[in-house]
Amino acid sequence: MSRSSWLERIWPLVPVVAALLFVVFLLLGFGAEPGTALSAIIDGAFGSTDKVLSVTAFWIPLLLASIGLMVTFTAGLWNIGIEGQLAMGAIGASAVALNVNAPPYILIPLEILAAMAAGALWAAIGGVLKTRGKVHEIFSGLALTNLAIILTNYLISGPWQPPEGGSFRGTAPFQDAALFPRLLESRFSPLTLILTLIALAVVAVMLSNTFWGLKLKALGKNPKSAFLLGVSSERETIYAMMFCGALAGLGGAVRVLSWFDSLRQSISGGIGFLALLVVMLAAYRLLWVPFIAFFFSAVLNGSITLQLRTQLHSSLGGILTGVLVLFVLLFGEYKKLGFRREPPETPAEVSHE
Amino acid sequence: MNESEFVLVLASIFLQASPLMIAVAGEALTERAGVVNLSLDGSMLMSAMTGFVVAYTTDNIWLGFLAAALVGAFFALIVAFGSIYLKQSQVAIGFVLTLLGDDLSAFLGQNFVRLPGPSFSKFTIPLLSEIPILGPIFFDQNVIFYFAVILALVTYWWLFRTQPGLHLRASGERPDAAFARGVNVNRVRYLYTVLGGALVGIAGASYSLAIKIGWSDGHTRGFGWIALAIVIFGGWSPIRGAVGAVLFGATKAMATYLQRAFPEVSVVAFNSIPWILMIAVLLVVGSDFTERFTAILPKPLQGPVRQLLRVAPPMALGNTFGEDP
Amino acid sequence: MRVELNEIRKYFGPVKANDGITITFEEGNIYGLLGENGAGKSTLMKILSGFQPFDSGELLLNGSDATFTSPREALAAGIGMLYQEPLDLPPFTILDNYLLGRDNKVIPDRQAAIQELIELTQRYNFDVDIKAHIDSLSVGERQQLELVRLLAGGAEVLILDEPTTGISAEQKDLLFASMRKLAKEENKTLILVSHKLSEVQELCDHAFVLRKGQMVGETDVPCPNEKLVEMMFGQLPERSPRPSVSLEDTMLSIKEMAIRTYRLSVEGLQLDVRSGEVIGLAGLEGSGQGLFLKACAGLLRPAKGSIQLADKDITNHSYHATLAEGVGYLAAGRLEEGLVAGLTLTEHMILGALERKFMIDWESSREETSKRIEHYQVIGTEASTADQLSGGNQQRLLFSLLNTPLRLILMEQPTRGLDVRSADYIWEQLYERRKDGTAIIFISPDLDEILDRSDRIAVFYGGQMLKVVEASETNVDELGHLIGGEL
Repeated sequence: MSRSSWLERIWPLVPVVAALLFVVFLLLGFGAEPGTALSAIIDGAFGSTDKVLSVTAFWIPLLLASIGLMVTFTAGLWNIGIEGQLAMGAIGASAVALNVNAPPYILIPLEILAAMAAGALWAAIGGVLKTRGKVHEIFSGLALTNLAIILTNYLISGPWQPPEGGSFRGTAPFQDAALFPRLLESRFSPLTLILTLIALAVVAVMLSNTFWGLKLKALGKNPKSAFLLGVSSERETIYAMMFCGALAGLGGAVRVLSWFDSLRQSISGGIGFLALLVVMLAAYRLLWVPFIAFFFSAVLNGSITLQLRTQLHSSLGGILTGVLVLFVLLFGEYKKLGFRREPPETPAEVSHE
Repeated sequence: MNESEFVLVLASIFLQASPLMIAVAGEALTERAGVVNLSLDGSMLMSAMTGFVVAYTTDNIWLGFLAAALVGAFFALIVAFGSIYLKQSQVAIGFVLTLLGDDLSAFLGQNFVRLPGPSFSKFTIPLLSEIPILGPIFFDQNVIFYFAVILALVTYWWLFRTQPGLHLRASGERPDAAFARGVNVNRVRYLYTVLGGALVGIAGASYSLAIKIGWSDGHTRGFGWIALAIVIFGGWSPIRGAVGAVLFGATKAMATYLQRAFPEVSVVAFNSIPWILMIAVLLVVGSDFTERFTAILPKPLQGPVRQLLRVAPPMALGNTFGEDP
Repeated sequence: MRVELNEIRKYFGPVKANDGITITFEEGNIYGLLGENGAGKSTLMKILSGFQPFDSGELLLNGSDATFTSPREALAAGIGMLYQEPLDLPPFTILDNYLLGRDNKVIPDRQAAIQELIELTQRYNFDVDIKAHIDSLSVGERQQLELVRLLAGGAEVLILDEPTTGISAEQKDLLFASMRKLAKEENKTLILVSHKLSEVQELCDHAFVLRKGQMVGETDVPCPNEKLVEMMFGQLPERSPRPSVSLEDTMLSIKEMAIRTYRLSVEGLQLDVRSGEVIGLAGLEGSGQGLFLKACAGLLRPAKGSIQLADKDITNHSYHATLAEGVGYLAAGRLEEGLVAGLTLTEHMILGALERKFMIDWESSREETSKRIEHYQVIGTEASTADQLSGGNQQRLLFSLLNTPLRLILMEQPTRGLDVRSADYIWEQLYERRKDGTAIIFISPDLDEILDRSDRIAVFYGGQMLKVVEASETNVDELGHLIGGEL
């Protein structure tokens, strides 16, 4: 094997190592022992059954959002509003949990439906603003996310505040019947895992084998041509947004009904934004999404333990994931770096008169 | 509201708008050259943090601004390198940097939260400040306001009246035509992305060193996105962008005033205003409102008014340019 | 200036775009450079004008060695190139467009530039308002400005690439007159790149012919057309005859239609098209023919009037509803408007098919695709993506996506960028469809194509359908004047 092809093979590891080194230097700069920090993160993620279940429970909504984003990315949409769609899902589920009295087998499906509908609705607004109002989904998504967070805070401190008075932190815990059945007193509910796996399978089939999936693919690659070929870009854009919003909304329900037991401040917890990073790091390949999402979940949960042990800001987890994605985007492809000059590609047509 | 209160409110609107004016001028330069630096929110946080920390530790406010400008320029350089050399998506890199800047600023600034620090103060211009009403509003202001106004005028002049400005705009409109006339398109794009980023850095530091003095987690969160929206609203012109920033500040100030006047109205309504405004403004820009408006004017006016209200983005915005056509 | 090209070679991978070309251009002459698509004309001219470096060979200007790394250097050395699509900046004002690259002072001398512009435009009889924006000008006017810019930049050698596409007869005469003046009075060297023999015959002193990257012949012109054609193709290609079809009942009927946009209003459109008929729409860019075609396709809603397809009123149908009525529409840009880069041919076929199921049957779709690939002679497989095809094959792919049967086919520049043979093949396929009663309406900036392929020609000028003429009763010259608005 020649030197360069050997280098080319192990190259994908370079950005990963570089990201780790970056974080190590950061830790050294703050006088922390990188080894201790790393073991705190690993301990915090996998140190006990309870912690593994926590990582899994955090993974579920992240994975749901990432799966949803696969649909919008396929349709060429930057659904940054997913963070708000998660929050709206949480609000939808909470509305049912707080206002409906019914046995779990009725209440839980109702909550799920409400959450998915709320997320889809919030996403649809972004879709309509894009298709009818020519407002780019990045801007509308950002505004809608902030509006959803403001709405959450309003509900917590206003109409839904706990009877003992508003604490600005959350609503009173929901009735037991409203909560997803959880495993071993943990935050993880097997039911949510089943739902997520179903979503994963549906999207996998949808993207590769249905007419709708093909339409989205065409729309994402060239909206103008897709339209002329008969794809209704307006309708499909809105549907793709709603599909993603529904999955994000389900993720929001998982947050309130399994991770917490009430609607809290910053309920979406950056999961939507993190999901965008997951999908980018997976290079838009569905198969990679669950694994990367799990890794991210472990890093973020681990960095909470890090903060408890070393008093360092817990944003370190976010830094590691962010730097990792950035480095992969920048240096992930050996060929693009131009260490070796590629022979010029054959143009399809020599002249284009 | 009595007269002096009114003057105070107006003066504060212009002061609050100043950092946005600076960021908008910077990003307008970048986008006119054909690059979208979407990382504004993150790089403003990073530069606000850096500016404060450096000024605090060295007790030199100018060093703070210099450091902030360098941080902003570095973030922009990553966007430029990723998109021009590696031909990666500008949106992807910009977005990752936005998130990264948020987390990184929180981590790096964790030991400097809520400390009293150095800050820019007012600089009263003699004579001019004594003009009734206008004097206190425009000539008894923070230094950062003067800088913002001069910057908007200078960048406008640079863009539309100079040969380098022609090179800049041509690179963003039609790079192949610019190349044919001897413009080194990618060098122009690097230059103005980095320069624009430095201005964004100064905008970030002007929050932590002049407007909202100090540092805390997410100190300037949201302002970067608002600046990006104002660039669109301002039709990629620093002066129209400055007007947009002032209008934005005015709406916010009005909301604050109304909130004081009607305390029973929930705080929610007022917090939502910037975001609802952002959507509303982009809706107006995206609609055919200006076309409809110019169509009802008398014929001789239509041409100039259409030019004045024109908000077409640079044609090659976000496209990469390879020199082998 | 005397330009010598010696043994110029330029390879793109295995493709020999220029394979040892030796040509000398003397000053004071007008040269024609002829050749099919892919013959290497464009590559050679891009090399000469500094857009591309050559692999080997020698370029001599007045006997001394020259190499350029950019068009700017080429212009400084005296070589300027005028493109078919003018290489200017549409959103700029004429003055800004002229100022760009004029000098390197930070603050340009506007007054001096204005003086220069006025002088130069007067010298060549061009009439433009320098305060206007480039995007408000016609292609012909933009070319004039490019010419002025190149001359002001010191061009001694001017290369003109298909300069008469999309301009009126009047503008063409003006252009040719200034070209003659430049060569004969100002002693410049002019090179006309063209595939139109008549233009080369009319204007040039001498013609060079390229084929497959090599120079295969030269001759003084005027000369018999057959001589040029033989050099270009090796043998005379037969242009497929237009089979006569008995025209049946009215297929499309347009009554009192008006289309209004902010830029242009088109009023009083009236046209009946019979099944099997081919209608060519002629006109300068932006005269209304594009809007007319879009309205027929349902892409624009007419402000008044009606569109009737066979016995159905489709006036207010959306584009997708119009397609469902048996209308096919092909836009001008292939990869931009019509094909999706990154999707395979099979995927295109599935998208374009009228029958839609929820799940995709990949097996039968692939079979159908390979059938169509064979029938339309597309060079590619079911699994190749649209962007992997060459231009001609992309065009063939577009035609293979048209469903059968269709009542009406609407096309913008159906043979743009195709060589004579490919264009001929496409038209053969279209003629086939006429037998099923399909009516065809198409737009082309190439008046020869319109004249050869249509039964009737509708001429547009300034937002009006000026005249509808029988193709057999008119000629290129008359059409050229008609599209300039001269009745």
